Amino acid sequence: MTSQLKPHLRRLEAEAIFIMREVVANFANPVMLYSIGKDSSVMLHLAMKAFYPAKPPFSLLHIDTTWKFREMIAFRDETVRRLGLNLTVHTNLEGKASGINPFDHGSSNYTQVMKTEALKQALDAGGYDAAFGGARRDEEKSRAKERVFSFRTTSHGWDPKNQRPELWSLYNTRIGTGETIRVFPLSNWTELDIWEYILAEQIPIVPLYLSEARPVVERGGQLIMADDERMRLKPGETPVKRRVRFRTLGCYPLTAAVESDATTIEDIVEEMLLATTSERQGRLIDHDESGSMEKKKREGYF
Amino acid sequence: MAEPAILSPSQEASVRSLALGDADKSLLRFLTCGSVDDGKSTLIGRLLFDSKRLFEDQIATLEKDSRKFGTVGDDMDLALLVDGLEAEREQGITIDVAYRFFATEKRKFIVADTPGHEQYTRNMATGASTADLAVLLIDARKGILSQTRRHATIASLLGIRHVVLAINKIDLVNYDRSVFDSIVAAFDADAGHYGFATRVAIPISARYGDNVSRHSEHMPWYRGPTLIEHLENVELSSGAAATRPLRFPVQWVNRPDLTFRGYAGTLAAGTVRPGDEVVVARSGQAARVERIVTHDGDLAEASAEDAVTLTLDREIDLSRGDILVPSGARPDVSDQFAAHLIWMAEEPMLPGRPYLMKIGTRTVGAAVTELKHRVEMDTLKPLAAKTLSLNDIGFANFSLAEPIAFDPYDDVRTTGAFILVDRFTNQTVAAGMIRFGLRRATNIHRQALTIDKAARSGAKAQKPAILWFTGLSGAGKSTIANLVEQKLHLAGRHTYLLDGDNVRHGLNRDLGFTDADRVENIRRVAETAKLFVDAGLIVLASFISPFRSERQLARDLVEPGEFVEIFVDTPLSVAEARDPKGLYRKAREGKIVNFTGIDSPYEAPESAELRLEAGSASAEDLADRVIDYLASNGFIPR
Ligand SMILES: Nc1nc2c(ncn2[C@@H]2O[C@H](COP(=O)(O)OP(=O)(O)OP(=O)(O)O)[C@@H](O)[C@H]2O)c(=O)[nH]1
Ligand SMILES: [Mg+2]
Repeated sequence: MTSQLKPHLRRLEAEAIFIMREVVANFANPVMLYSIGKDSSVMLHLAMKAFYPAKPPFSLLHIDTTWKFREMIAFRDETVRRLGLNLTVHTNLEGKASGINPFDHGSSNYTQVMKTEALKQALDAGGYDAAFGGARRDEEKSRAKERVFSFRTTSHGWDPKNQRPELWSLYNTRIGTGETIRVFPLSNWTELDIWEYILAEQIPIVPLYLSEARPVVERGGQLIMADDERMRLKPGETPVKRRVRFRTLGCYPLTAAVESDATTIEDIVEEMLLATTSERQGRLIDHDESGSMEKKKREGYF
Repeated sequence: MAEPAILSPSQEASVRSLALGDADKSLLRFLTCGSVDDGKSTLIGRLLFDSKRLFEDQIATLEKDSRKFGTVGDDMDLALLVDGLEAEREQGITIDVAYRFFATEKRKFIVADTPGHEQYTRNMATGASTADLAVLLIDARKGILSQTRRHATIASLLGIRHVVLAINKIDLVNYDRSVFDSIVAAFDADAGHYGFATRVAIPISARYGDNVSRHSEHMPWYRGPTLIEHLENVELSSGAAATRPLRFPVQWVNRPDLTFRGYAGTLAAGTVRPGDEVVVARSGQAARVERIVTHDGDLAEASAEDAVTLTLDREIDLSRGDILVPSGARPDVSDQFAAHLIWMAEEPMLPGRPYLMKIGTRTVGAAVTELKHRVEMDTLKPLAAKTLSLNDIGFANFSLAEPIAFDPYDDVRTTGAFILVDRFTNQTVAAGMIRFGLRRATNIHRQALTIDKAARSGAKAQKPAILWFTGLSGAGKSTIANLVEQKLHLAGRHTYLLDGDNVRHGLNRDLGFTDADRVENIRRVAETAKLFVDAGLIVLASFISPFRSERQLARDLVEPGEFVEIFVDTPLSVAEARDPKGLYRKAREGKIVNFTGIDSPYEAPESAELRLEAGSASAEDLADRVIDYLASNGFIPR
């Protein structure tokens, strides 16, 4: 219940709802990027609130690299069914046909083809003029610089040196033909806010966030889960069951687990308060180089 | 290497109750500002570092980055924690605002680290617009600079009531008290211009942490709070908006089916309850609030900042952009007001030029009718000015295409703040704060006339229009326009020709050729042409009119279909070779400045009704093409 939310979560909630309504009132064909993770779950929950009693007047888009955890896909389909929403799933078929995979092609190449290119294809195909994303400013230092309404050129590029001023909550929604806006309703949320909100609102999340005995191998100090038979094991590697969970979800070969006994959301919040590493630590694609997120974003990544 | 925050078991328990229990910390939003290199980013880095919420991997990255980009030798360059863009790290400056989040035992903080560089002032304004407090940094070695004053002025115009003077790099002046005292005195001498409610001055070293989160052993003479102590304890007058009368800007009309019609929006001020009588500010139409609908159930009350959906007890004309208010406490409704303006575009502000104004959930056409003054940053004095350039701050009268409801910015921010957007580039070019309405627009009624445009033009058997000839000097505009008028006249049509040179001898004798004067020139011509159209005439206007915006202004003055833009498209080389008045030669010799095509731009039309390639065909042929156009589009009989 809204009235029981802590004041600062209430304020964040109201801000996100305002942003979503502003998009629907100003754009002809918006879409919501749904990545199945905790932030997407919160964003979707807020969308259900923003337009109630109507359903969110836009569809969801999932970029499926075909390498997501199986539990994510099951959760995605269940969520869409439960809420009665429209979902478009897009995979870069050329990339898939040429066998691009996270083992052989390096994480940055793989991400470029199966995520960034795939996203651009899907946005072009749908003719969307605005796309919601669940990114937060506290995730990463170039995200910390991004506007709530973030302008994209006709080729989906971000120009960080020339962003539109964004004062108060007066978002400039004007674009030319072929240009688009990425919208981040969770810009001002922290990872802790997300979990506290999930807890308070009892928002369903993928069980992978909670600790369980799962088959993992240790690789370069990271715990990688063998989610299906496609997992390539190096000589001497045998998956062993360990009690682990994930702080962030993505493609299973590129997402590291952490050892944890947190089996409830309360446990997660507590663990967060004591954590000594950031959530991005578990995202292997972010480790390429320190400026790699900005580079990817300039090329059209979310 | 920082110690990771390791807590004892008892602390763990309290952390748990803190996070999960009811205890809620208040939130303070602040920004760091001040001139370039004064140490803003270093200070934020220091605050993040000292708050012990930096993760091990972030510290490892910082150490790596410091070796690569650092500005402080072998030490960790804390600014690199916030300067997150590649260009920023390479140049060692901040370009755009970074938003960072941290918390102490007492409070949560959202801090905006803004750039000091004058070129990026608009990004500072972006960060300041949502802040409650400003930490104004001043390099102890440099004192107060003009950019320091600019930032203080912007912070105060945006309504920030609390300022902290952080006299930084005190380590570089031997922790000298007299340096600190004289900078504070210099600031206080200007304080009347800003009008901050509180001003606290703290000598700090962002780099070494003195008086940031720990008291400095180097400055026994300073007995005040550390920066963090002050930020934790400063009292904010939050919630003020809730005590004002209701302002509910309708954001989106929610109509999932025929049985439900709700008005979605966020309260800008006040409170609302079911049963309250409200009126639409602009029309005065009244209704009662029936329900306050949310996904979590209906509410008994909603107040400022709540995002809700209202239903009313009757159908009234209400849509996005309207504001619901109490009938007894209405806002101003007018199409004219005075406002402060922060100009944020490379293109200067030109009085008369039409912009789009977004205010609350409403977007209207707007123009500056009179620029009252510009604030001179070295003296903080208002100076007379004709335009505003990038980063200028001014005070101006505005005129809007239609009346809107608004409040003074200092009363209600959401209904008193606006941005201006360029109609062609879609750039946000300015931010404004309304100070007061200029008159009740509702008191000036248009005189209804019995003989109208249709009657007048019907008597002449023609459809009135403006034929707007635009193009370079020497393109052939006047020659062609003349021929067209002759042909129309021979055919018995009623015409009038407005020519650039002739108008400048009379109506516009007082105007020169600066950008601002060119805009005013076209505005007057367009208004005059409009009167003639009203009289039923076919008006031929022949003006270089180099700017798209002003041609759009002329187009918007008359009804759709009445404006025919004719682009006399002659290559610059051809026009210059003709040079009928010898003007190009003078311009090339530097004897004329602001000459279109030479040192002043010509913005070619993108979708003119007619484009005449005047380099190739004869004037006679081109005039016939105009006549053909008029005949085939029903302006004149065939
Ligand atoms: N000695 C000393 N140096 C400092 C102090 N604070 C900052 N610096 C140095 O001053 C330089 C500029 O610091 P920044 O934090 O980048 O300055 P800034 O105000 O953020 O600059 P812009 O954002 O580009 O306007 C860096 O080399 C800092 O290490 C201080 O207290 N003492
Ligand atoms: Mg900086």
